[in-house]
Formats: sequence, structure tokens, C-alpha cells
Amino acid sequence: MATILLVFAGLSALTPLLTRWLSLRVFYLIALLPAAAFGYTLTQTASVSAGGAITESVPWIPALGISLSFRVDTLAWLLALVVTGVGALVLVYCARYFSADEPALGRFAAGLLAFAGAMYGLVTSDDIVVMFIFWEVTSVLSYILIGHYTFKRASRGAALQALLVTTFGGLVMLVGVVILAVEAGTTSLAVIVADPVTGPAATWAVLLILVGALSKSALVPFHFWLPAAMAAPTPVSAYLHAAAMVKAGIYLVARLAPGYADTPGWMPVLVTVGVGTMLVGAWRSLRQYDLKLVLAYGTVSQLGFLMVVVGFGTRDAALAGVALLLAHALFKSALFLTVGIIDHRAGTRDWRRLSGVGRNARVLAAIGLISVASMAGIPPLLGFVAKEAGFTSFIEAGLAGDGWGWVALVGTVLGSVLTVAYSARFFWGAFGTRPELADTALHPARWDFQLAPGILAVATLLLGPLVFLLDLPLASYADTVPGGGDYHLALWHGFEPALALSAGILLLGAALFWKRRAVARLQGTVPAYVDAGQGYGYTVRGIDRAAARITHFAQIGGLPQYLSTILVVFVLTLGFAAFVNRSWPDEVVLWDYPGQVAVALTMGIAAVMAARVAERITAVLLAGVTGYGLVALFAFHGAPDLALTQALVETITIVVFVLVLRRLPQKIAQHNRPLHRRRRAVIGVLVGAVMGTIGVIAVGARQAPGIAAELPRLAVEEGHGRNIVNVMLVDIRAWDTMGEISVLIVVATGVASLLFVSGRNTVVPRLRESRKHRSLPHRRKVVADPAAPSEGHAVTRQSWLLAGRTVAEKDRSIMLEVLVRLLFHPAMIVSVYLLIAGHNAPGGGFAGGLIAGLALVSRYLAGGRYELGEAVPVDPGKILGLGIVLAVGMAMVSLFFSGIPLESAYFETTVPVLGPLSFGTSTIFDIGVYLVVVGLVLDILRSLGSEVDRQQEAGETLPRPPSQQGAEAAV
Amino acid sequence: MSASLTLVIVMAVMYAAGVYVMLERSLTRVLIGFLLVGNATNLLIFLMSGRPGTSPIVTGTSADAAMVDPVPQVLMLTAIVINFGITALILALIYRSWWLARLGDEGDTVTDEHAAETVESTEESFRSVSEDEAASQEDLDASERGTETGPDQQHQHQQGGEGGETAGAPGTGMTL
Repeated sequence: MATILLVFAGLSALTPLLTRWLSLRVFYLIALLPAAAFGYTLTQTASVSAGGAITESVPWIPALGISLSFRVDTLAWLLALVVTGVGALVLVYCARYFSADEPALGRFAAGLLAFAGAMYGLVTSDDIVVMFIFWEVTSVLSYILIGHYTFKRASRGAALQALLVTTFGGLVMLVGVVILAVEAGTTSLAVIVADPVTGPAATWAVLLILVGALSKSALVPFHFWLPAAMAAPTPVSAYLHAAAMVKAGIYLVARLAPGYADTPGWMPVLVTVGVGTMLVGAWRSLRQYDLKLVLAYGTVSQLGFLMVVVGFGTRDAALAGVALLLAHALFKSALFLTVGIIDHRAGTRDWRRLSGVGRNARVLAAIGLISVASMAGIPPLLGFVAKEAGFTSFIEAGLAGDGWGWVALVGTVLGSVLTVAYSARFFWGAFGTRPELADTALHPARWDFQLAPGILAVATLLLGPLVFLLDLPLASYADTVPGGGDYHLALWHGFEPALALSAGILLLGAALFWKRRAVARLQGTVPAYVDAGQGYGYTVRGIDRAAARITHFAQIGGLPQYLSTILVVFVLTLGFAAFVNRSWPDEVVLWDYPGQVAVALTMGIAAVMAARVAERITAVLLAGVTGYGLVALFAFHGAPDLALTQALVETITIVVFVLVLRRLPQKIAQHNRPLHRRRRAVIGVLVGAVMGTIGVIAVGARQAPGIAAELPRLAVEEGHGRNIVNVMLVDIRAWDTMGEISVLIVVATGVASLLFVSGRNTVVPRLRESRKHRSLPHRRKVVADPAAPSEGHAVTRQSWLLAGRTVAEKDRSIMLEVLVRLLFHPAMIVSVYLLIAGHNAPGGGFAGGLIAGLALVSRYLAGGRYELGEAVPVDPGKILGLGIVLAVGMAMVSLFFSGIPLESAYFETTVPVLGPLSFGTSTIFDIGVYLVVVGLVLDILRSLGSEVDRQQEAGETLPRPPSQQGAEAAV
Repeated sequence: MSASLTLVIVMAVMYAAGVYVMLERSLTRVLIGFLLVGNATNLLIFLMSGRPGTSPIVTGTSADAAMVDPVPQVLMLTAIVINFGITALILALIYRSWWLARLGDEGDTVTDEHAAETVESTEESFRSVSEDEAASQEDLDASERGTETGPDQQHQHQQGGEGGETAGAPGTGMTL
């Protein structure tokens, strides 16, 4: 069975492709699959007739006890036969129903085939969760199938309606399914039914599942989606809305009835809803002039009837129920297919425009007659046998003292009277001859168009007299219902009450049909009752609008609004936590040393002013003051590494700011109304207060000694370094550092891609003659400056930098050039020293990299972008890449020596000048960090420096139209 | 543990000032706010190392006993460098948005012009869904209209005209 489902899935996926080659013939090909499944199910007949079951199980989610288990017992066998048999016939019918130029034929064929597969899975799966998955798959596929005519509004509306209603039911049902599975301790349907769960939880679970079943089977108050779904192509209606999807709810009730029919609420719900649906459906069916809608409302009515019978919970009713299920599938599918042929040939489904169809299409009329007669319950057809069995079981139950038996009997008898009336009206409408109309012209059709409904009609005809063949297998399901009974399905049961009822029903129904004009007038005078379709519309629109309103309320303000929301939530939650806090630090000192107050005061004033000034550069410098203030605090507090890094970072930050801000207007645009200013100030002060309180609490919360005490020993013994901060970065907590340098690489790439747009900056701006200067014979320490006229001057002006003359005369500063020339190389040496020495003294990869970065910044500032290109004639991406390769490589290498990732190894040596050095793999890791930081700074300089220069020089003060942007950026 | 109230207060002031500027629409101000809040956060972590002491560099002498807790320092060191990276990224964003917006002094401002569009497109999809539904309902009603002798004349044109009206509008309902 799992194999069959796999083939269904595979073939459905291939169908769109096959349709391209085979066109309409694809339907014959794919019909073979459900036909094969039908044949396979027939081979199981012998086992299930004896009351056995064929099972199959593949483990799926053992942790939740969910497995792909399948179990074919009588009920599953019957349903499997119906869904595969009718499925195959409908697919064959499609080959004639559609024309080869039908749009989206492949999607339709695939959808219908997949639907057949999903239905097969639904009825055969034993795991209730898996069954639920198939249940939802059918809902989704029905959306695609009902909405086949995507260009028709009605089709889209109906598809969405069907989807929303059935998935709403499905969602409710899921809750029930979960409760039931948890309560039962198993997901096996067979066990859940055989060993019913009781108690309030189980009652709720079953009632929730019933909501799902009622919505799927289109019972009141969910019935409205089914008539609307008639916007679908007729084969879909014949399959989904007669034989398959709507039967899923009936199947589920039939599946649960043996174990749960005595659940409180089960009987009242199913009998009242079922009877109500039967009457409402039949009443409205009687009003329709569209043949397909006559059938649709008729289906609603019959589904109500079916629900009463299968849910009734006695053995005889269950037997009648499954027989009725089969009868209904056969005659209703045949009728839908018949209407499809009439529609196809006559061009209309409004029976007021049809005349003489019966005269001119006799075979079709015969098929219609047999099926309608079965629907009306006329002997000797299968519909009659099933209905008779239903009435008898109600009478028995009533006589046995069950009041619901009488309710069900009266309701279904009344419904049956109406059924006879609309059946007669349908047949007369479709095939009758109206004297005032000329015979409707019928397009010719191939004989095999009628094949599918013909086979179904023959089955209806034959199974009436031969119903005793079905009695044995079906009884094996019915016998699982407790209570017992000895009813047998047969055409003739002698003169019994049910027979009299049938006769009476036929007479009354015929009379209603006879007096149809009077009935129509009467129906016209009855005021419109509450329209469930309207109620659905109001509900859905209400939910939509509420959702939109909430979204617009919460998500319309842009960044400041979102930040405010986040910060207000932050203040409320953490503020509350701080308010209820009872642990405060033992002692709070006003200051650690008097100088601290001076530094803090400067920082505070700078911060407040940074928030208020209008000039960009002033604001940046003021923010920088807070940063340099931190440097002082760190330095006085015993954190030399931090002070060093912070000072370097603060300097580079200001340079980078200036690089960008030189292009932006001086003043920051002001768009804020004063009202907002006050609100912002309130939020700011609150956040500050909360953070301050939290700071104090956090300090007080620290009671136990930290891990700090152990760190000096670890650093020296394990990390071979005396600078604990550095050892932690490259050894003890190296994984953190690895993550952090990865962030730096992402950031560098982000900066580059924002400026270069179409690719990384792999082309380094170089001087044309740079090769000449580098080759040895021409090597000169100081380059002659051709830009400065040498004639007439006593002193020949010389360029101190390689690319000095590429800078415009007015921007050049000889002092800067000389300084850079003198300082660049010492700075690089210092950076390497910091990198190596950082293990034992303040420094390390981060600080060293930043010093090197600053050296490069000075080269760029003094000599422009060509100077930078000459200083580091490689793509920054390569430096970043090399850095991360070194770092990751160190993490991996230790694996080869059966260590854990990032484990370090050391050897010591004494180097002249530097003294004793402990060189370890962690140093290589630190070199990786160093390179990543250098790469980051270089990438920023190339992007925000060189590239911005280039864009400025190219006169790109205004961007060109978007079409040219990409091309330009690639240059 | 104890703390210096001065540091707590300056941290709170920096948070307050940072949040205040961060809530503006100008991206440059957002960035200034980011810098201030970033520094304040570093200070908060720094507070956790307690009172001043000697640097966390092992000397092997008695001075090691007065060493400050190095753990907050380790956390902050990388935070400082990453702060720098993010600052550069936001600057690149500012430059790029200014370059694209061609709006002169408003180039680095985030607006919420799309708000009206969102409302409009939401209304549009609601309308489309309602119309789909109404069309579906109309099909149902059409089947009940009139008498046995013929469809109600006044409604007939609706049914006939429907094909043309809907066929021209494929896709309008697909906005959902």
C-alpha cells in the first residue's frame, strides 16, 4: 500500500511532463494507476470478508510513535474500491470532457491523480496522524482542482471557500486527534476504536473530530462550500463532491462509530445535524434550475442522510450506512458525469433551456434514469436496498426504546420525500421535452464519452439484485459495532414497515413533483433563512480586516516606531523585574578615584551634546569623546589591552566617518516634530534609568567567587602566556574569537558589496609605471615628481610617496607625505611586535591588526587610492581569506594529532632581541586574527575611501538610471 | 561586589542619550545612537569586573592577588572590534542610500511612504477576495432565480455578461 502511494506521488509529479507529450491521452495512461489499485484492493476481498485485515507498517517518527502504517479492513476496503474505481472512471471520462487546448491541463491531471492517491492513503492509513495528513492533502488538492478555471472569479472564490472551510475543520480536528492519540497512548486507529478511550478528554476529542468530519462532508452549517464548488470542472464534482472528498467525513464517522457512538453528544449532534442537512439540502435542491446545482444540493442532502445512518451506532444502521455510502457514490458520480455530458453537448445546464435531450440521447437518458431511480430509492436498485435497510434499523432502534431512532426515522423519511421530488424534477428537467421549446441542438460526441457513467449505472443496476454478494463483506464491518443485529442486505425482505414507508415516500414525492409549480410558489414565499454562505463571508472578512488593522497598527511606523515598541517592552519587563528585585550590592562607592569623576563628567556631557548637535562631524567627534573617555577608564582600571584596542578603534572610526561624511551634507536633516522629541526623551531617560538600576543590581547579584581565580594558572600552564586576556582569546575561548572574526569577514564583505554593488573589488588601483619602479635597476628611494616643474627652480621637488603626484596639487601636504614616509614602516614593525608579544604583554592580533590598519589609513590619507594600491597590491578578500584559513586551519590541525579542535601545542625558544619566546599554534591563530583585522580595515579603505573617491571623480554626484548602474559599477 | 556609582551614572546617561538619538529618522543619528549605546554596553560589562586592580598579566609576584577579573575584558575586546565593523557597515549603508536616493540632505533619512501603499494593496486584495466570493454567490443565486417558464429577464444579462467581465481580469485576484 505504501508502494502504491509512492507510485501515485511519482506519477503525479511526472504527469505535467507526460501531458505535454500525450495531450489528452495522458488521462488513459494515468487512469491505469487507480485501476491497478482497484484491482489490488479486489485481491484483498477474501481476507477482509472473513473479518481480517491486511496491515503494513513503515517506521516514520518513532519518538512520537507515528509510523506509516496501513490497514485494510472491510471499511477501508470498501472506500478504497470506491475511490480507486470511481477515480479511474473519472480520469477516463476527462479524456473526452476536455479539449486538447484546455489551459493548465497538466496541472489538472496531476492534481486529480494525486487526489486519488491521497484519498487512497486517507482510507487505508491506520495511523491517525498519517490519516490526518492525507486529510489535509485532499483539502489542498481540492483547492487546486476547484480553482481550475483560474480566470473565473467564481472559481477562485469557491476554491478559497472550500479550502478555508475544510482546513478550519481540519485544524479543529487536529486538536481532537492529538488529544485522542495522547489519551489512548497510541496512534493506531484500529486500537483506538477497538479499545475506546473514555472520560471528558475523550469526549472533547471526539466532538472536535466530528467538527472536522462535518466540515469535510459539507454538513450544516458548513454545507455552503459544496454548491459553490460546482464552479469546478464536472469531473472534479463527480469525483470529489460525490465519491471521494465529501466521503472522507462519512468514512471517519463510520470508522469511529464502533467505538465512540455512545460518547456523550455524539448522537444528538449527528442526528440533528444530519437530519437538518438532509432537509435543508433537499429543500434547496428543489429550487434549482441549474442541473449541476440540483445535484450539489442533493448531495448535501444525501450526505446528511449518510451521516445519520453511519453515525447511528447500531449494527444494522452501520450495515445500512456502508451500503448507502456505496450506492450514493455510484449514482451521484454517474449523475454528475451525465450532467457534464449534457453541458458539453447542449452548451447549458439550465434545464429551462433544454428540451428533447432524452429523445435524442437515449443511452444517456437510460444512464440518467437508472441513477436517478437509485437516488430516489426505487426498487430494484442499490439505493432502494440501502435506504430500506436504514429505515428498518431506525425502526428497530425506536422500538428498542431509543428516542433518537424515531427522530432519525421521521427526519429521513421527510427528507426522502423531498429527494424523490427533486430526483423526478432533475430527470424531467434534464431529459424531458418542453413543448414551448424547439429540441436543443446537441453537439456530436463519441460513444465512449458515456463509458464512465454507463459503467457506474450498470453497477447500480446489478448490485441491487446482487446485493447479497455484498452482505457478507459489509457485515464484517457492521459486526464490529457493539449491540448485535441480524439484518441482511437483500432486495426483498417481505412486507415490512420499511416497505410501506418506501411506497409512501414515492407517492408523496411524486405528488410534490406533480404540484411543482405550487411548491415553487410556496418556496418563494418562505423568507430566506439565515444564509450560512453570508455568515462565512462576514466571518472571513471580519478576520481579514482585524488582522490588517492589527498589522497596520503595529507595523506602519518605520524604524523609529519599531525601535520604540521594542524599547518600551524592554523598559516595562526589565523595569518590572528591577522593581521587584530585593538583592542590592553590599556597598556602593561614589567613585573609585577622583579622576574617574572628571572623566565620567566629560563623557556624560559629550554624550548629551552628541545627541543634540546638528552638524554631523561634531556629533561624530562628540561620540568619539565618549570612546576616548572609555580608554582612560580602562587604562586606570587595569585593562591595558582594552585601552589599547579602544584607542585604536576610536581613531579608525573617526577616519572612516570622515571618509563617508565628506560626501554627505553638513547638517543632519531635521524631520522630527517636537511632540516626538518629548516622547523620545521619555523613552531615552527610562531606558537609561532601567539600565542603570540593572547595572547596580547585576553588580550586587554576584555573590560567589568567579572563575577568575583559576585563570592565571590556566593561562600560564595551559596557554603558555602571561597575558590572560590574550590567552583566553586565542586559546581558552578561541571558539568565540573564531565566531567573531567570521563576523568581521561578513561585515567587510558587506561594506565592499554596498559600494561595489556588482562584485568584490578585485581590481586594485595601481600606478601604470609601478612595475618599472620596483624592478631593481630603476629602483629609487625617492621618486621625481613630474607634476612639479623642475626647470627654473633651484630645488627639484620630489615626491615622498609612490603615488603622491596622483593627488591634486591643492590636496597635497608635504609634511604629511614625509611623516607617513617615515612612520609607515616603524608602525608595521610595531604591529608585528604587538602581535607576537601580545601573548605575554598587552597586545595581540586585534591590537596589532589595528595598528597595521592605521598605518594603511595614513598611507591612504597622504597619497590617495593609488598609494593604497601600491602599499598593499592585493585584493582585501585574499587577506581576509588567508586569515580565516589560518584560524580554521589551527582548529582543524589538532584533530590530526588526535586532539580536540583548537587545542594548542607549544615550543619555546630564545630569540635575540625579543628574548625567550613561546611559539604555539595559538600564535598562528592570532596571526589569522591579525590578518582578518587588517583585511577588514583595508576593505573599508578600498570601499569607503578609494571607491568613493573614484565615484566622486567620475562625477557620480547623481546616480544614473538603474539600468546603467550595474554596468558602471562593474567598471 | 561593589561598584562605582559614577560609572553607573555615566553608563545610564550614555544609554539615555543614545536611545534618544537612535529614535530619529536620520540614519546618521541612528549611527551616533548606536555608538553611544555600544559604548554604554561595554561600560556595563566592564562594571562587572568590579573595583580597579592590576592588569591581568601574570607576573608571578604578590601583585597578582590584586588582579582584576579578566573575563569581562575578553568579552569586550572582541565587542569593541565588532562594533567598529558594524559602524563601518552602517556607514556604507548610509552612503549607499544617499547615493541612491538622490535627495540631497534627505538622502540618509528613512521614510515610511510605503505605509499608504500597504494599506492600498491590502484593500485591493480584500476587494478581490470579496469579489471572487460575490461571483461565486451570484452563480448560486442565478440558479434559483425566475420561474419554471424561463429565467428572470432582468437578471439574465448579468449571467450572460459575466464571462466577458471575468475573462478580462485574470490575475487581479491573485494578489493574495
